[in-house]
Amino acid sequence: MSAARDRVSLRWVAAGFLLVALVLAGIVSHYASSSPDGLNRVAEEQGFSDTARSGPDSPLAGYSTSDVDDDRLSGGVAGVVGVLVVLLLAGGLTFVVRRRGGSEDPDGTADRQTVA
Amino acid sequence: MHVPDGFLDAPTSLATGAVAAVAVGVALRGARRELDDRTAPLAGLAAAFIFATQMLNFPVASGTSGHLLGGALAAILVGPFTGLLCMAVVFLVQCLLFADGGITALGTNIDLMGLVTVTVGWLVFRTLQLMLPKRVSMVAPSAAVAALVSVPVAALGFVGLYAVGGSAELQLTDLATAMVGVHVLIGLGEAAITFLAVGSILAVRPDLVYGARRVLARRELEVRPSATTEVVA
Repeated sequence: MSAARDRVSLRWVAAGFLLVALVLAGIVSHYASSSPDGLNRVAEEQGFSDTARSGPDSPLAGYSTSDVDDDRLSGGVAGVVGVLVVLLLAGGLTFVVRRRGGSEDPDGTADRQTVA
Repeated sequence: MHVPDGFLDAPTSLATGAVAAVAVGVALRGARRELDDRTAPLAGLAAAFIFATQMLNFPVASGTSGHLLGGALAAILVGPFTGLLCMAVVFLVQCLLFADGGITALGTNIDLMGLVTVTVGWLVFRTLQLMLPKRVSMVAPSAAVAALVSVPVAALGFVGLYAVGGSAELQLTDLATAMVGVHVLIGLGEAAITFLAVGSILAVRPDLVYGARRVLARRELEVRPSATTEVVA
């Protein structure tokens, strides 16, 4: 019974989760390694990296925001936008697909939490 | 491991696209059973977290980096079907908004980094769960092992696709050795991040971790005979 009373509420877990994602994408990503990733490195070594074609242009291509000169800000904005877009799309999709009813959390509260 | 346009030929990309479309369709049906009003909001957050963590390339060897794929993590946090949906959304956004992973390669990326890692991760996790003591403390270590295994298997999946429709003539054994070698190292990072993420949520709300539900149900049946505890929860 004590376990049930001590439980952290869903909205706090959700808020914490979102905060961690925003900090990772918006701030920590600046310190990520810029070396080629495993596949790109292997492609270079094996000599087929030149077969890659670059995709269509986007203002956020390569996780940097065009027209923003400051590296830190440019990457941070791209990361935050990405987190929010993924959250909206994946959250919206799973919200539509979900089983309704039988919840411990009234409908709107959790949803409002994720948007905020 | 985002595959760009051009690595694989058009027929192979079409085929992987078809497989991805079917897999997402199946996941949409299966996710209904996994998601309720309590877990649905967390699925979106899990996807956002995986997107964020995929931006964090960590160094694995000289001049090489890797990042979390996240399929095993997604499967264990929100369930395998919902997990695949989350991964597909991440790759779609990365490809369209961030030019990370080709558009014709979107199916390939959903297959390798979504379908393969979710499936392998979930199967390894469930196998360990059946073999190990049914305790909550076993969930995060099992998740870490599942994550570790899922990455080199996905790398081998790429080699398999390259064997079918690669755009250059290569020694496939060399490609396989190189891909698996690097991705075992990346898998270690994957295991560490998955352990931390699953462990953190288990610490505050174990009931929100899909992969811990069977263990929790069992514990409540054994330790808490009173039915009233269920009402409070």
